[in-house]
Amino acid sequence: MGIAAMLGAPIKRREDPRLITGQATYVDDMKLLGMLHMTVLRSTYGHAQISSINTDAASQLPGVVAVITAQDLKNKVGNIPVAAPLPPHITRGMGRRLPLADGKVRFYGDPVAIVVAENRYVARDALDLIEIDYEPLPVVSDVEKAMQPDAPLLYPEFGTNVAVSMHPSSEAIDNIFAETIANGGVIIKERIVNQRLAPSAMETRGVIAEFRKSDSTLNLWSSSQIPHLLRNYLAEQLGLLQHQVRVIVPEVGGGFGSKLNIYPEEALAAFAAMQTGRPVKWIEDRDENLAATIHGRDQVNYVEAAATKEGRVTALKFHVISDLGSYLQFFTDVIAIAFTLPMLSGSYAVPHVYSRCDIVFTNKAPTDAYRGAGRPEATYMVERALDLIARAVKRDPAEVRLLNFVQPEQFPHTMATGALYDSGNYAAALEKALDLIEYDKLRAEQHQKRARGKLVGIGISSYVEICGIGPKGVAPFGLYESARVRIEQTGTVIVYTGTSPHGQGEETTFAQLISNEFGIPIEDVLILHGDTNSTPEGRGTYGSRTTAVGGTAVYQGSLRLKEKMKTIAAAMLEANPSDVSLEDGKFSVAGTPQKSVSFAQVAAAANTSNTLPMDIEPGLETTVFFEPEACTFPFGTHICAVEVDPDTGEVEITRYIAVDDCGKQINPLLVAGQIHGGIVQGIGQALYEEVVYNEEGQLLTTTFMDYAMPIAPYLPALELEHTVTPTLVNPLGVKGVGEAGTIGSTPAVVAAVADALGVAHIDMPLKAEKLWRIIHHQ
Amino acid sequence: MATKRSITITVNGQQHQSEIEPRMLLVHYLREILDLTGTHIGCNTSQCGACVVLLNGEAVKACTVLAMQAHGCEITTIEGLAPAGELHPIQTGFWEKHGLQCGFCTPGMIMSSYQLLKDNPHPTEDEICKGLEGNICRCTGYQNIVRAVQDAAEHMSTETSIPVSTQN
Repeated sequence: MGIAAMLGAPIKRREDPRLITGQATYVDDMKLLGMLHMTVLRSTYGHAQISSINTDAASQLPGVVAVITAQDLKNKVGNIPVAAPLPPHITRGMGRRLPLADGKVRFYGDPVAIVVAENRYVARDALDLIEIDYEPLPVVSDVEKAMQPDAPLLYPEFGTNVAVSMHPSSEAIDNIFAETIANGGVIIKERIVNQRLAPSAMETRGVIAEFRKSDSTLNLWSSSQIPHLLRNYLAEQLGLLQHQVRVIVPEVGGGFGSKLNIYPEEALAAFAAMQTGRPVKWIEDRDENLAATIHGRDQVNYVEAAATKEGRVTALKFHVISDLGSYLQFFTDVIAIAFTLPMLSGSYAVPHVYSRCDIVFTNKAPTDAYRGAGRPEATYMVERALDLIARAVKRDPAEVRLLNFVQPEQFPHTMATGALYDSGNYAAALEKALDLIEYDKLRAEQHQKRARGKLVGIGISSYVEICGIGPKGVAPFGLYESARVRIEQTGTVIVYTGTSPHGQGEETTFAQLISNEFGIPIEDVLILHGDTNSTPEGRGTYGSRTTAVGGTAVYQGSLRLKEKMKTIAAAMLEANPSDVSLEDGKFSVAGTPQKSVSFAQVAAAANTSNTLPMDIEPGLETTVFFEPEACTFPFGTHICAVEVDPDTGEVEITRYIAVDDCGKQINPLLVAGQIHGGIVQGIGQALYEEVVYNEEGQLLTTTFMDYAMPIAPYLPALELEHTVTPTLVNPLGVKGVGEAGTIGSTPAVVAAVADALGVAHIDMPLKAEKLWRIIHHQ
Repeated sequence: MATKRSITITVNGQQHQSEIEPRMLLVHYLREILDLTGTHIGCNTSQCGACVVLLNGEAVKACTVLAMQAHGCEITTIEGLAPAGELHPIQTGFWEKHGLQCGFCTPGMIMSSYQLLKDNPHPTEDEICKGLEGNICRCTGYQNIVRAVQDAAEHMSTETSIPVSTQN
């Protein structure tokens, strides 16, 4: 393949050889000299007062080096960091906590004590020897019950479980609803639940902490999505300066948002290493991962919509109730407010959108960003609303969508929610999907099959989401991204990115950008990430931002060095820099192409310097920070066809079409991979997955036996297509694709199953038993 | 702590003798005693299959096998599937077809695919999905894993497919 064809090429990944041979190094694959193992004792109660802790027997077990409780952390370790504490209560401390429970536990899995021992078996044995007396407290695990005035309180000093309540006046929107009815229109209302999910990256979390007394430096290896943010906040938590903490992120076995956090165990392993003077490793077990790593989603939503009798939506009204769980993790409090509310108009030009929002504590694990983070909830509400309107006006759901889309010529477009959408062509994606699935034919077949008693259904979801985060003001720190680009004497280009890929493949896509820009083979490019001592300050990998924001920084770095190399090449060729161009790895002079120097010759001249004119600074290295002016808004349409077995209630997905538009694609192979995985996680939410607590706050889904995720035999072959609507907010024209599949798929599957059963709405997950009961009116 | 016991296990063609606690899991033995860290631990309860290795040529989940139970047995891990510096056709298939993203489930997925293709060298798409039902991947949606196994099946029908460690 020619280098010129590098952008847009489906080349296979450069990451893979180490991963397919077992040579990759994840945290648990590392051993340090003298390393101890840490285990965590966790609450078995949903809510209880700790009346006493006795660690004597555990401490005396041979091989145990230390047992640590909240008492030991006081004035030495700070609270778990929260990125954006909201007024009125969180800014005053509601939901904040030390890394170990201090006097009270508030969820099943709440860390109470740690053991540090010579090996992981002894460390585990010692947990059973710690004696804790709990006095159980009343539990509230249901978010709507938690809002009641007589609910048990997690933080009695605040007199409520509701951390933030935004209830603007609804008079104006209510008037629109009344007007619509007066004009012969329709209204729909539904309570829909977006159930709690467990992100379940295949690699659980893990940390190794090493404190070097010689220079008071903490080295921390963590399975994290955010090396620099972790470094900055952990330093503050431990009372160290940023340069005293080096975070290294080795191979990471998936994140999906669950590793976009600063967790108790990171500070605890660091504290234990500082106390014992030895390296400390902690590896999370899966039952801990399901209990104490953040959960996602968990909103109860009230949706109302008004539309003309043709199906044109005149107003949308929402009440979003976000279940925070028991404490705040990094972005817990802002998911609903920052990512659900702005997207509540979806792809539709609705003139009036109203939302009220409550974010509420309950006795469950903290929620936070999970693939999609607030946007799947918004998309689900809007898409369900459109389906209900289509049902009310007796029109096809595809027609109602086409009637309401924001039109291509309206971009950039400010929605009634305030969100500024960059670009889009929603009808094009929908029409392409309809063509691919031969929609009219499929509907006709559905008609015939129904007549024979088959339960077949078709669901459509035309989503739009936010990526490329982000511009100033989104978070209390700038969400820019960075790249240091360095060219060695031999001509090898090394990029140090501030992002932190963990499966997305940017070691390949970023190398494609560099290879394309310099006209050099991809083998001459190295992409490095995940070490705060070598990479420039960055924000990490999440929110489908890595290519749009981080990739742009890489691209701009290459442009800067290209300009400098042209100046050097011009001196070497005794030409004017403006006459020099770079093509296929050669700098040549316009008009005399035989006069040229190679990329490697210029790199050598720049690095060795002796032959450079005095006015050219030696070296080839630059650091770029890129902060986008605006977010990007990828979109698309997914269509799902299902058949439900009337005897068992089981759902079979018979066709699945996805037409996604993520702007320009650097590597379509990897784009498709992201969409595949995203769709299947979304199908997982629609059909199988659900974190379950009982009324006492006991977690019932503590293993993968109880928490059902999609496995290969459950799934159809996905049929993917795309449209390309570039964004103007970055020079690459890329929008982001990591979460699109998850956001787009869930509503399509639920719509298809509801259609098959001939009902308006069914809450997820659509398990066989639930559907069987509906079919048989049980 | 229980008394240590002596075991002899052949791993990837090399014989090892060790003194271990009887309760030690095979996966911990491979990872921590032999430093073969390509075999991963994903769930601790034998649902996810990240820890799949071959025990006397048959796929087992090493998180629910005691090292003692493998005494006198031959084990093949991902590190021993192909001779050093070479790739087994299944590994090549996963690379060619983008059958992995984070890579954590991949060694187990490859070892299960080995068993699947040993039992059924020309599987249909449905048979591949069924054969991999004991392995969870959270990244790929399994789409390209199926293609990877198909690719491997095509190539293996013409190439040798016996792991290096079981050739002796």
